[in-house]
Amino acid sequence: MFIATESIPSSFRGFTLIMPAVSVGNVGQLATDLIISTLGMPRVGYIHTDCLIPMAGNDPYPTCADDAAELSTNAEVYCLPDVKLAVLQIRAPFVQRKSRKFRKLILSWIKSSGFDRTVVLSSSHAYQRDDQQLLGAPLRYLLSPVLEQEAGTQLNTLEWKEIEQVSAFPGINDSDKRLYIPGGGITKGLYTDGCSEGIKMAVLLIFCSEGDNIPDAFALVNYLNDWLHLVDKPSQMSTQWRVPGSWRLLFGSGIPPAIF
Amino acid sequence: MQMATFFGEVLSVYSRAVEEDEEDDHENEEDQQIRSEIEEKRKVHVEWCSEVKNELATSAEKGLHCSDLVVAVGPNAAGFLSAYVLSSEIWSPVGSVSIWNERNPGSGAMLQSESSCVFYRQKDSPSVLICQCTCYIAEDQLFQWAESVFSCIEKRGLNVTVLSDCSLAEFKTTESMSSTSPFLRALKTGLYRSQISCPLLEQPNIVTGLAAAVVSHCQVHQIPAVLYQSYSDVITPDSVTMETYKPAFLNLSRLIKLDANPNADVLKKLIRISDPQSNMYT
Repeated sequence: MFIATESIPSSFRGFTLIMPAVSVGNVGQLATDLIISTLGMPRVGYIHTDCLIPMAGNDPYPTCADDAAELSTNAEVYCLPDVKLAVLQIRAPFVQRKSRKFRKLILSWIKSSGFDRTVVLSSSHAYQRDDQQLLGAPLRYLLSPVLEQEAGTQLNTLEWKEIEQVSAFPGINDSDKRLYIPGGGITKGLYTDGCSEGIKMAVLLIFCSEGDNIPDAFALVNYLNDWLHLVDKPSQMSTQWRVPGSWRLLFGSGIPPAIF
Repeated sequence: MQMATFFGEVLSVYSRAVEEDEEDDHENEEDQQIRSEIEEKRKVHVEWCSEVKNELATSAEKGLHCSDLVVAVGPNAAGFLSAYVLSSEIWSPVGSVSIWNERNPGSGAMLQSESSCVFYRQKDSPSVLICQCTCYIAEDQLFQWAESVFSCIEKRGLNVTVLSDCSLAEFKTTESMSSTSPFLRALKTGLYRSQISCPLLEQPNIVTGLAAAVVSHCQVHQIPAVLYQSYSDVITPDSVTMETYKPAFLNLSRLIKLDANPNADVLKKLIRISDPQSNMYT
């Protein structure tokens, strides 16, 4: 499933993997774009699978004319060996009924590659928030038990909020709680499977609605940066993230002058 | 998700909003059996004529030796090949891809059909394989199509050219393109080194469907490939759109003879198919 390009790092052992869940507003994917684009991460491989709808285009992060001719596929892995960081970008929706298979494949790849920890960037429907969630920052996190031991204290220091569990049967039995991430795509499934397989996994998500989700992507990636310090943040100023060329015309072409 | 338009017709639309995974655990045995039967029916099968089957059986690598594979996706791309290349009798059908889905309920391998996926080869120059694909291939069958077809062809020495139709409405640009329509744009894999006959596909435009599946397979498996996508504001086959593909054949001209003028009978037949059966204005 993972097919390397010619230049491959010797292994991903001990690396941090960041990946998006295809979720409401595509916020995880937009945030992932910002990370790859800002850090100038080279591509090291593809996730070649029948679980994703095929798509192709030219390099979404061109820095010069030569790059612009590099073909990009629907799921690619980028890497910066110096900082032990790998990023998986997913650019297409899942083929119907194949999301579970994809979860299994990704977790198997994570384990066999020896990633130290995995961070899933995701989002959830803002309209499903309860009264408590309407207050404060719309950002939430989840840690798998193995990672909780390592990173739990650090996230508490950052004053992050863990995602609240909801009643399985509201109004009838409020003690029976479960994890609920509406609009999160494979987030819940990936997290649950990751926990049962003992994988160090963190989920960072933001409550949002469909629309112009670029501000949500910036919020999520700044959230991540506060923890992982991927990009320097000058004091009193916001972090400078590089918007990729592929974000042009997100809402369609310009207005044709012929209509006036 | 479906929505009703003002006139009451129901359309299926894609939403960016994402639902949680479907849980298969609640399916009973009968449902699972029906589901696996449908999955089996939806499998993509490549069928070859007996001559090609023999070649595959006797080849050491179990693959056809091809220098070039040309895949035409869509009525104008396929029509271009029919009118300018395949009308010559030197080409004969040698195989097909049989596909069953909700929009393609016809069964069985038909070597020639109005809506199908057929392979052609020249007897005297069997190293070039042409595939015309005019049938609908569902999203879950695209990857399979590419894997199944490429498993029959040896990768070594192979070059792939894809011709694909696309609506002008899909082209994102700040400029008005209707005056220049139809036009070509190209995508190429990392190993493709030949000259490209048109501008590269600009950001943020992408390619989907069978063309994307083929070119992605080539990129991942390091096969030199080029995709020429024709953007047109005409949704039915038309000779002007077909002509836009001519520059795409510049690199293939030594191997594939392109007729200077399209075969008029073939063209008439292709364009007549899209004539409206009745028109309330005439």
